[in-house]
Amino acid sequence: MATTDEIVDDLSGFALFADLGSAQLQQVAHTFEERWFPEGERILRQGLTGSGFFVILDGEVGIVVDGEQRTTLGRGDFFGEVSILLGDAPVADVVALRAVRCMFLAGPGVEGFLVANPRVMYRMLQAQARRLRNANRWRS
Amino acid sequence: MAELSGPAAAEAQAERPFPPGEYPVVVVGSGPGGLQFSYALRRLGIDHALISEDLAAGGMFRRWPFFQRLLSWTKPFAPAERSSRAYERYDWNSLIADDPAHRALQVGFMDGSSEFPARPEMERNLVTFAERTGIRVRFGCRWESTRRVEDRDGERFVLTTSDGEYTARVAVFAVGVAEPWRPPTPGIELVAHYADTRPAETYADRRIFIIGKQNSGFEIASGLLQWASRIILASPSPAKLSVNTKSLVGVRARYVQPVEDHNLGGGVSILDASVDSIERAGKAFRVRVRRSDNGAGLEFEVDEVIAATGFVTPLRDLPDLGIATFGQSKLPAQTPWWESANVPGIYFAGTIGQGSAGLKKHGIPANSGAVHGARYNARLLAERIATHDFGAVVPRDPIGNGDVLPFCLDELQRSPELWHQRAYLASVITVTPEDGIRQAGIVPLATFLDDGGPDGIALTIEADGTGSIYPAVYVRNDGRIAEHLLPPHPLLDFRTSEHRDQLSAILGTLGLR
Repeated sequence: MATTDEIVDDLSGFALFADLGSAQLQQVAHTFEERWFPEGERILRQGLTGSGFFVILDGEVGIVVDGEQRTTLGRGDFFGEVSILLGDAPVADVVALRAVRCMFLAGPGVEGFLVANPRVMYRMLQAQARRLRNANRWRS
Repeated sequence: MAELSGPAAAEAQAERPFPPGEYPVVVVGSGPGGLQFSYALRRLGIDHALISEDLAAGGMFRRWPFFQRLLSWTKPFAPAERSSRAYERYDWNSLIADDPAHRALQVGFMDGSSEFPARPEMERNLVTFAERTGIRVRFGCRWESTRRVEDRDGERFVLTTSDGEYTARVAVFAVGVAEPWRPPTPGIELVAHYADTRPAETYADRRIFIIGKQNSGFEIASGLLQWASRIILASPSPAKLSVNTKSLVGVRARYVQPVEDHNLGGGVSILDASVDSIERAGKAFRVRVRRSDNGAGLEFEVDEVIAATGFVTPLRDLPDLGIATFGQSKLPAQTPWWESANVPGIYFAGTIGQGSAGLKKHGIPANSGAVHGARYNARLLAERIATHDFGAVVPRDPIGNGDVLPFCLDELQRSPELWHQRAYLASVITVTPEDGIRQAGIVPLATFLDDGGPDGIALTIEADGTGSIYPAVYVRNDGRIAEHLLPPHPLLDFRTSEHRDQLSAILGTLGLR
């Protein structure tokens, strides 16, 4: 179990929150909720509405589409934002490959959070651009 | 100390059941979680010892809430008979029973002045449930430590208590989330915690700084509005209000008067700021904070500081056994069946069950942290332990094809489990060539979605935070899950022709009607 200060330390090391000062990081730590998933548990479910945005503090998840694992994510990575931004159900399962501790923000809170924290939104955009570039490289 | 003997000893023993020794299951805690679980487990025929360090039943309701009324309602008049299962939707405080005579006890202890019971009324409700249903508790028996042993009989847990050692294959902890917690803020040790709040009149004409903007902070602020000369509430993020989140997330409506006072300039200040330090300034306190929006510092001199910073789960040495915890409340990580995710054989009942969060769709939590959610979890947990750990068989009733649609409509309209534990508990029907169509009972929704199994449907009620409440139906067909959300209704009537037609089409995918 981490204290809020320890979570702030974790978040300050992640690219997504790299532009935030300590007071803003404190607010992030209080706005998001810490969650814990045992190995094998599904965190997001393909095709089910009402999901959220997750930032991984510890552990590893697999991105699984129609039963096939496509990639993995680990500490500092985030997921769930695409379905929230588009208002669609997730197109993949996200499964804990080992115990996962993460920060969670429910879907309805994501827009307000990003608008209030434009530097986080910019960093998220950068990450999405990298993912898009990598996907295009893979296709070409 | 002289020892009792003869009839006196027998009488004392009868008053204090469950002497130390070996039991199939040992249960710790005599709040609503422990009482409800013990009741359900006994009905399933599983012998167990129920121990508690308290001297009477009631758990946290023997002390809290301070300002004497609960946040959970019991409606004396509702569109359902009090002895019916459907009435449980309107009664958040009674424990649930098979015998109609033991249901809806809370309303009998309320004086009619409010739909929210007073704390003593809730305490009487719980004590009476235990008395009338014959729940026996070994009071005054403090759980102190835990270890695991393994011998030819297998692995078991040994709980050392103030009365001696209890050994059991299965241990269930219903010890609440009731240990006061303070953040590591410099000077925090100088100030009172919420748990140390004094009678309201002793705060007359005092300047009060409250750390924390959740229900406990606003409960104190509300209770002291007429006494304090000034109230400041501070925490880093903005206060959420349940009337805005349209859920139980946030400060409940009964405690929002300080918000109006703040908005109208009445002497209450609500700040988004983190507390940097607290120090003595003569008879007063000096509190330094940093605003969340711009990092600017502020300083206050106040007469009282109250840390409404929450509670943690009193797990004692369970983390040494490998129990993982998370979050500010140090909740144990759990499976969807409320078993420790790390240590099989250790389960959690009562408010600790909120550590098994379920889907949390749209960010809306289940009500496992409150009596009206935890009471259903406890009943399912008892059934799970009886079947999974002790081989009991719970019969599942067949249901004729042609009766499925009316059954589903009725469940969606009346089942209190689905209404109180939205997107968390589900009523399930399974279809197999061998057994035909059967009611599979109430289960955690996550288990239906993730654990596989025969074709079937899971019915639940959901909400999305916009104010809509609507039925949801999940179909498992050849291992694949499909989600179907039925329309909301302004009067929450889910038996309309529209619902009937849509549900009929969904059932039709499995050949049900």
